[in-house]
Amino acid sequence: MTLGFTLAYLTLIVLIPLAGLVWRSASLGWGGMWHVATDPRTLNALKISFGTSFVAALVNVVFGVIVAWVLVRYRFPGRRIIDAVVDLPFALPTAVAGIALTALYSKNGWIGKWLDPLGIKVAFTPIGITIALIFIGLPFVVRTVQPVMEEIRKEVEEAAATLGATRFQTITRVLLPGLTPAILTGFALAFARAVGEYGSVIFIAGNLPYISEIAPLLIVIRLEEFDYTGATAIAAIMLIISFTMLFVINLIQAWSRRRYGYAT
Amino acid sequence: MRHELPQPPEPATKAWHPATTESRTARFVLIGVALAFLGLFLLLPLISVFFEAFRKGPAAYFAAFADADALSAIRLTLLVAVIAVPLNLVFGVVAAWTIAKFEFKGKAFLTTLIDLPFSVSPVISGLVYVLLFSSHSALGPWLKSHGIEILFAVPGIVLATVFVTFPFVARELIPLMQEQGTTDEEAALSLGANGWQTFWHVTLPNIKWGLLYGVLLCNARAMGEFGAVSVVSGHIRGLTNTMPLQVEILYNEFNTVAAFAVASLLALLALVTLVLKTLLELRYGAELAANGGH
Repeated sequence: MTLGFTLAYLTLIVLIPLAGLVWRSASLGWGGMWHVATDPRTLNALKISFGTSFVAALVNVVFGVIVAWVLVRYRFPGRRIIDAVVDLPFALPTAVAGIALTALYSKNGWIGKWLDPLGIKVAFTPIGITIALIFIGLPFVVRTVQPVMEEIRKEVEEAAATLGATRFQTITRVLLPGLTPAILTGFALAFARAVGEYGSVIFIAGNLPYISEIAPLLIVIRLEEFDYTGATAIAAIMLIISFTMLFVINLIQAWSRRRYGYAT
Repeated sequence: MRHELPQPPEPATKAWHPATTESRTARFVLIGVALAFLGLFLLLPLISVFFEAFRKGPAAYFAAFADADALSAIRLTLLVAVIAVPLNLVFGVVAAWTIAKFEFKGKAFLTTLIDLPFSVSPVISGLVYVLLFSSHSALGPWLKSHGIEILFAVPGIVLATVFVTFPFVARELIPLMQEQGTTDEEAALSLGANGWQTFWHVTLPNIKWGLLYGVLLCNARAMGEFGAVSVVSGHIRGLTNTMPLQVEILYNEFNTVAAFAVASLLALLALVTLVLKTLLELRYGAELAANGGH
């Protein structure tokens, strides 16, 4: 009976609406889909969305791993507070993050006023989009890598040290390979979230077609034009790509379970 | 934190340090980099919300809440959360109960389906309801002839919010209930308790902290959701604007102080959520460890 309720609720809220989207994009056919996908404005929006998301996820991998390492390995005053702060992007509504980042990076903002004389424009450019996506994606990397780091046994590092490895060698040759699946999963999660992100980006992006217009915004624009077909096609393309990403994440996890005996 | 690492002893001489940690300089640099990054990318935006909100003094700040549209946005946000959160709470408990306590085929697939809304862009979450209920859809004309408004009205906003907050409670409870197993429930049943009594007196006390944790995250997202709600709301002032949408409207009208004032309420909500979450983690971590000892 509880299974029946679970399935009924799931079907009503999630599956039927998503099936509607799939059905509608299927009725477009490959030809119709191709027509929308190869429209230069759509192509550019997809390129901007995926490009900025990729760069943001890379930045998050580098700094996320450092943050996780510092939180797991070092003891310093305020560590608990810092640990809690990492989750801020999960808790802060995206629209709030969006206007706050825009205020910071605009020409008169706290950060923007230092960058402007150097000729660096952040707000209303793809750099601004990337900054917003770094904000949104950071906790995904930290929270995926952190638990795996906590499980590392000190004996492994001691063994490496007694065998004459320098600390740098121990980290790059012994610890990092074991963390790779978790880092890859964190990257994929941050990337997937960034591609679909809307609220925090649209304020700082400037939303110029072909330059700083992201794919989710183009869906909204098409909807406002009552071009439901166009909106659906872009959504379907994005869904296909994100489900491929999900599939890749599952592959990484299956691979790491076989190779390292744990799932990230 | 369950696995506190033992503190390395302070080195006797400055040159020596244990082989399983980095040199003092490296540690300071790494801590510095981490703090600088978090401060610049996470804390500064948060601080700037409150700074911008109070830029023209407390009077201007509080004037923002005297506005009828702002008040109706706050009311609508609360209403949506009051409907969406309990719905997903009931679903989350039932789904986690089903997945953790019973064996059936396709369990892994069901778990994946429950997580689905997390991997869909918020804009697409709104779009699916537009496609379902718009006047061009199969359902649209029927709804119109019966005078039922879903899109660009409160029911649509609630539906979109339920969609995006769908997995929060379930995904928090599934691993917790799986770890707890079924022994407690079997003991209760063998002592003559019925299914409902077993749930109420045995299962629920076991999962209460995990449940609260899930509800907390679910509520934060329900009140703060922007993309999905923006697509289905229709942006009718005083009627279908939630707080995040009101922030957008005020900001786009260059009413910066009012926009940041409403935003500061949402930021406050985020802060309260984080504090409660951290407190629960301290408490709930211990609870989990205790349950693992069975």
